[in-house]
Amino acid sequence: MPSREDIVELMPRLRRYARALVGDAERADDLVQDCVERALSRWHLWREPHDLRAWLFTIMHNIHANAVRRVVRGPGFVDIEHASAAASPADQIDRIALGEVLNRLYALPDAQRTVVLLVALEGMTYDEVAAILGIPVGTVMSRLSRARERLREPDGAAGLRVVK
Amino acid sequence: MNTPPPREEDLLRFVDGALAPSDAAAVERALAADPQLAARVAADRAVAAALNDAFAPVLEDELPPRLLAATRPRRSWPGIALRAAAAVLFLAIGAAGGWYARDLVPLPSAVPEPALPRVAANAHRVFVVEVRHPVEVGADEEAHLVQWLSRRMGSPLRVPRLDGAGYQLVGGRLLAGARGPAAQFMYQTTAGQRLTLYVATNPNNRETAFRFAEENGSSVFYWYDGPLGYALSGDVGRAQLLPLARAVYEQIAN
Repeated sequence: MPSREDIVELMPRLRRYARALVGDAERADDLVQDCVERALSRWHLWREPHDLRAWLFTIMHNIHANAVRRVVRGPGFVDIEHASAAASPADQIDRIALGEVLNRLYALPDAQRTVVLLVALEGMTYDEVAAILGIPVGTVMSRLSRARERLREPDGAAGLRVVK
Repeated sequence: MNTPPPREEDLLRFVDGALAPSDAAAVERALAADPQLAARVAADRAVAAALNDAFAPVLEDELPPRLLAATRPRRSWPGIALRAAAAVLFLAIGAAGGWYARDLVPLPSAVPEPALPRVAANAHRVFVVEVRHPVEVGADEEAHLVQWLSRRMGSPLRVPRLDGAGYQLVGGRLLAGARGPAAQFMYQTTAGQRLTLYVATNPNNRETAFRFAEENGSSVFYWYDGPLGYALSGDVGRAQLLPLARAVYEQIAN
């Protein structure tokens, strides 16, 4: 049975993922807070053996997906300045322009951004991502493939042509 | 020489360092023959590394009070009842001698066995988030690293290589273990996914099989072999960690 400390332990990772997902620090922490509160309210549904990280990310994804469905989103506020200013100053030379990557990241459809971030930041396997998002592994891979294509595009042209 | 182009699925996994060594070797051959494909893979890895760099600082932020408060119970902590139930369950299956139950129910603190995986996982957690100082001595000074840590541990150490699985040696550090000095080696994929190998002295020189534990959200495979105990920790699933632990074991044993 996980404890409060286990949740606190995972919180930096929940925050990192949320920040990357929504861009804005305050909105990201709102998402983490909602996630933790919902997890605790469903604590009785906990079953061992179970992966606490996967459970919390699943809850977070569901909250986020519902919010995205509800809100007609304008161009989301992206806290690029904070993200790049905080990045490690090391190996600037062969690093691709971070701001550009982030711009492309936030031009991705939500469904693709989610997959990219769970794999890149959390190092999850495609099976784990599939379980969290409730989609087949094949769909995870096709989304990842399309997302990577857009993220590596020199001008991100296709990525920005998302019609509202 | 015509080699079939790698499958998209394999390329994706290759970028994430999640491809089996034999398949990875095939992809590497294909990349060597196709600069355009190689550039694509390099770009994908650069993007993953950039994303990791961009958001890594969030891991080191102090947690905001409102989030810590959210983990505190309002009226009753629903875990308490279940914790009690788990304790009863533990007694029940403990009586049946279920070794398997170790993974399911927290062990009473009197049982000394999980010390190695727990200590290793804690050391893993502390250092994998380090951006500036993940190791004391880098892989570029490997000979010095091995010599230094071997001397401190009192046993000749070997640093296993996991390059075939996409994990490069970052370096190592000396730690204070439960019974004296301990060593930690860190490995990392180009996407920033990290593993640590914790090496401690083996108190009673017995040998054990591979064991698996989950500690603080990290997966740990651990075993004792001769004068030393080893624990490989990673933030990946058991199935992903197992082949890596086998690779470490085989290189140390041979």
